[in-house]
Parts: sequence; structure tokens; C-alpha cells
Amino acid sequence: MDLDFDIVDLPATDHPTEGDDAPEFTRPLVTDEYWEDVSLSSLLDGEPLLLVCYPMDGAFPATYIWNELRDRDFEDTYQLTIAGLSISTPYEHTTFIEERGIDTPLFSDPANGVAEQYDIVNDLDGMAGVAEPRPAVFLIDTDQTVRYAWVADEWPAFPPYDELEDALATHCEMKPLGP
Amino acid sequence: MSDSDDTAPITLYRLQACPFCERVVRKLADYDIDYTSRFVEPMHSDRNAVKRLSGARTVPAIVDDNTGVTMSESGNIVEYLDKTYGGAE
Repeated sequence: MDLDFDIVDLPATDHPTEGDDAPEFTRPLVTDEYWEDVSLSSLLDGEPLLLVCYPMDGAFPATYIWNELRDRDFEDTYQLTIAGLSISTPYEHTTFIEERGIDTPLFSDPANGVAEQYDIVNDLDGMAGVAEPRPAVFLIDTDQTVRYAWVADEWPAFPPYDELEDALATHCEMKPLGP
Repeated sequence: MSDSDDTAPITLYRLQACPFCERVVRKLADYDIDYTSRFVEPMHSDRNAVKRLSGARTVPAIVDDNTGVTMSESGNIVEYLDKTYGGAE
């Protein structure tokens, strides 16, 4: 099949990888009911966190990524917390959560500072002054160590879900079987 | 005042740019009380978290873990804060 489109290669970055400390941050974390400032470390209480950095709410990759994560329902199998992060405002997150039936809290980072901390900035061509995180996932252990990292090296790109699930199987406890 | 401390005893449910909420914020600042802000939706019908707590969907509403008090309406809250933290009669 000859698909005549361009995938853009992104430059190499110095993002955190396995064994590195995950940089600490605090941002508004949005649920279907309210948002409040929440620190990364406060989400590492007792089980690992899967931090999913994704393109702004409304972009089709955002929808695709969350549809896939909802279908895979990792939290049903493994002991972990999942949180998303995009540059969308809390109001946009609220709408996205409602319209897409997302049951994962989403960090709001319009100034893209977390992507800068993690060195995963994606400057968007044709949107002057707007940058967002590259698609990326970080599995962060309770001691705030990165256990698995995937960062897009081209655009567009989607997380390697099977590889991610292997990482979860390696680093997360299984949920006890229900009654 | 430190907003959104993880261990803050008071949780303030607020709406961005709501002057009644700002009145409570100013009072919390006056008394140097730690609090966590939880922002809710402008749409009244989407405020179920607040309804569960206080019985009403109005903001501001506060939950004070120091005293076990949950309360809404800015006038009531300001009066409560004055009595509890301001030494007012």
C-alpha cells in the first residue's frame, strides 16, 4: 500500500528513562466533578502511576489514545493509577471527559511547563506560540523512579500499547481476582 | 496563606471569578488559614460533588476538617470563619 503522506521525525531529547527520577510537578488535576492542584508525588501513594502525555483535547490522536486506553482497561488488571496530561484547560478537560466517557483524571498544563521539565516539547507547526507535549507515557514507581518510558520520536505517533502492557505486567502487581 | 496544601484542613469549592467565592478566599487569607481549592463547573447541574457534600449545588461551599463543619453561602461561611478563627463574638 502506497500512502502518500509525511511522518515528521522529531529531534532526539534527554527525557527521563528507566531508572531516572520523574521530575516533580503540581498542576490542576481534572475529574468529572472538579479540579484542584495535585502533585505528581501525591499520586504515587501505594501503587505506580502511568502518566500519559497526549495532544490537546479535540485533536484526533487524543481521542484515539483514550479510546485505546479505555478498551484495554489496564486498571482492571493491574494495581496502578493512570493520569493524563495535555495543554488543554480544565474546562476543555471537563468537556473531553464527559464527551469521551473518560474515567481517568487529566492534568491541565496550558503553559507546557511539564513537557519542558521532561524534555518532551513538541512545537506545533502552523500554530504560532503553541507547544504541547509529544505523545509519551511514563510508568512511575511509588519511589518516583521511572520504570518504563516511551516518547514519540516522530509525529504523529501513538504509544506502543502492547509493549506498554508488557511493562505493566513486569512492574505492577496484578489486581486480585474479583469474587 | 498557602493554597492547595495536600494537608490543608479546609477545602473550598469555588467557581472561577465568582465574587462570592473571592469573598471567602479573602477571609481565609485574612486569617492565614490553609485551604485547598476545588474548582467546579459553571453549569449548576454539573456540580454533584458539591451537592453530595452540602446538600446544595451552590458555591462557595467549605468543608472544615478541624471542626467537621460543611457549609455553603458566603455570608454564612464568612460569619463562621470569623467566629471560629477570628475570635469574633
